[in-house]
Amino acid sequence: MNTTTQNQETEKLFRESFTKNRDTIERFSAGLMNGRRQEALEHFMQLGIPGKKTESYKYTDMPGLFNPMLHMNLQPNHVHMDVKEIFQCDVPKLDTHMIFLVNGFLPPNSPPLEELEGKALVGSLAEAARRYPELLEKHYDRYTSLNPEGLVSLNTAFAQDGLFLYIPNGTELERPVQVVNMSVWEDNLMIQQRNLFIVGKNSAASLIICDHTLAPWRFLNNAVTEIFLDKQARFDLSRIQNENNSSQHISHTFARQETASTLTSNTITLHGGLVRNNFYALLNGEHAENNTYGLYLSDRHQHIDNFSFIDHAAPHCTSNQLFKGVLDDQATGAFTGRILVRQDAQKTLAYQSNNNILLTDEARMHSKPQLEIYADDVKCSHGATVGQLDPAALFYLRSRGINYREARLMLMYAFAHDIISHIAVPPFRERIDDLVDKRLRGELSRCNACHINCGKLNY
Amino acid sequence: MLSIQNLHVSIEGKPILKGISLEVKPGEIHAIMGPNGSGKSTLAAVLAGRDLFEVTEGKIMYMGKNLMDMAPEERAREGIFLGFQYPVEIPGVSMVNFMKTAVNEQRKYRGEESLSASDFLKFMREKKDLVEFDSQLTNRSVNEGFSGGEKKKNEIFQMAMLNPRLSILDETDSGLDIDALRIVARGVNKLRNKENATIVITHYQRLLDYIIPDYVHVLYDGKIVRSSGKELAMELEEKGYDWIRQEYAGNGK
Ligand SMILES: Nc1ncnc2c1ncn2[C@@H]1O[C@H](COP(=O)(O)OP(=O)(O)OP(=O)(O)O)[C@@H](O)[C@H]1O
Ligand SMILES: [Mg+2]
Repeated sequence: MNTTTQNQETEKLFRESFTKNRDTIERFSAGLMNGRRQEALEHFMQLGIPGKKTESYKYTDMPGLFNPMLHMNLQPNHVHMDVKEIFQCDVPKLDTHMIFLVNGFLPPNSPPLEELEGKALVGSLAEAARRYPELLEKHYDRYTSLNPEGLVSLNTAFAQDGLFLYIPNGTELERPVQVVNMSVWEDNLMIQQRNLFIVGKNSAASLIICDHTLAPWRFLNNAVTEIFLDKQARFDLSRIQNENNSSQHISHTFARQETASTLTSNTITLHGGLVRNNFYALLNGEHAENNTYGLYLSDRHQHIDNFSFIDHAAPHCTSNQLFKGVLDDQATGAFTGRILVRQDAQKTLAYQSNNNILLTDEARMHSKPQLEIYADDVKCSHGATVGQLDPAALFYLRSRGINYREARLMLMYAFAHDIISHIAVPPFRERIDDLVDKRLRGELSRCNACHINCGKLNY
Repeated sequence: MLSIQNLHVSIEGKPILKGISLEVKPGEIHAIMGPNGSGKSTLAAVLAGRDLFEVTEGKIMYMGKNLMDMAPEERAREGIFLGFQYPVEIPGVSMVNFMKTAVNEQRKYRGEESLSASDFLKFMREKKDLVEFDSQLTNRSVNEGFSGGEKKKNEIFQMAMLNPRLSILDETDSGLDIDALRIVARGVNKLRNKENATIVITHYQRLLDYIIPDYVHVLYDGKIVRSSGKELAMELEEKGYDWIRQEYAGNGK
């Protein structure tokens, strides 16, 4: 069977599954999330799963992930344990408002929506769709059009829940919100989570996302996140991806930024079999600032692919894309950084850089900038490097008595720290520093106080 | 302490050192001079264990051990210190962390306890004062953005921290202003004792006014073509290398 027909086969299976399970899907979701499904499914059938011929997916085999098709869990699971008990994040001094999601759902035994300082809301997106239809009408599925693609429509067709964060105008959250996404099942599982974060005018918040797998199965995540930053909003998003090596995670993050808003995101990929992160930002108002940072550490047969696309649609905006990676063993990776400066976006400052260290001859990295500039008064730069650890630096350290292994670690750590230093919440930054250090040392990089015994949970 | 016998070294098949022999005893200071490209830094790097170079012939014994069997870090722990002609910038590695790791690895090797954070800082302060090293520089990444002179002073500071048995200072004087030269020389002299030895590689007799050598060697085209007392440095300062070149060319025929 050639690939095209195979894909069509997969797509047909999704339609069948949708038709058969529609009642269940809708029962455990709500409002506009259900309202958008049919149309999204049709879109998906048209666009399909991007194959290797799609330029932006050249280095990562998407159709392969969906064939054979994995089981989808279409309702929230009762986890018979106190998740908070087993998942005590032992970051010293890290005082966060913590939320747990299990397989993309808020567990039924936790409060569906909680009110934080200044009437800010955090909790289940499905619940928000139920209670605040106007808000969803305004923001849900509004920002994905930045890059229409099959996988995003697939998510819209099937997604039932996810994290909702709403910060009203003029509100600054003092405590960061921390969401722990846990994948747990007794077999392979596909999860399609949907998140929506809205930060109002002159508001500020920081969010920490931790992605974990709690069982050794193959988890395939196809997650979509939409972010809206109103005028002068500031939002800091730190994400740590730490999943088992048979898991596959596709994340699509879409941000729309209004005048003078600032979005900073740090995505730290520590573990995961296959990871594809898509970042899209539309800088829609003057003086908006976008910082998209990423760090990936991979070994064995891991594959990590980051794709970022910053759309400068207004003048005087600034964007910084900085991605760094260390690839060991037979690990492979890809980075594409796209910058689009529209005709009216004069005085744009757009910088991009991707630096990689390959520790073996077998590790592979594909790095590609794509600059499209239609304005004449702009400053753009891009640079990509793929290399080894600097032998002169390595020798310098060793010549002072530092052993080879330690010297290598010092250099790798220094390379990685460049990204970590951008994390806004200090105790979390220190924690990440520590995890990255452990990861580079080849020690288990899970949080120490996470006593989860993978595969031994009841749910 | 150090015995180099008929050392031949090549890089990518090209011979650089062509039969060097040198004996260094505890308490001695040896100066190595010679024109650009004659192989001085190559000799220094080979002694410190840089694997870029291939030793094709000869032998290096250090403290009764075959140096060629030892990794660079082992040599350092056995007391060999190379002051680099071109110290490397290492962004992201802090001077404090670098020195703490180095000092503690060496202590561990000698079977001593690691220094606590506060003891280490105290120790570092003492050594900084000893070699008059600018305090602020230790708050930065290793050599990153240091001026040429600051990098050289940093080498001497590291030497003070590690208290080596055999120091090889590769043109530590070039790029230093007159005051800094005096400070560096003073530092070297303070660290000097009966047990340790120093090899200074230099182009200028001036340094040797401060660090008085027991022997001066001229390295020319990968060979030591002349060894003598400190008066040889004076002679070179006056006459340059031409007479050596002529003599050498004459001998060659
Ligand atoms: N990595 C290298 N690759 C190729 N050739 C090299 C390399 N390193 C040194 N050489 C060559 O070896 C020779 C000796 O170099 P070396 O640096 O030892 O000279 P030097 O005596 O220290 O000179 P200077 O006084 O300029 O510092 C030179 O011809 C140099 O070009
Ligand atoms: Mg030299």
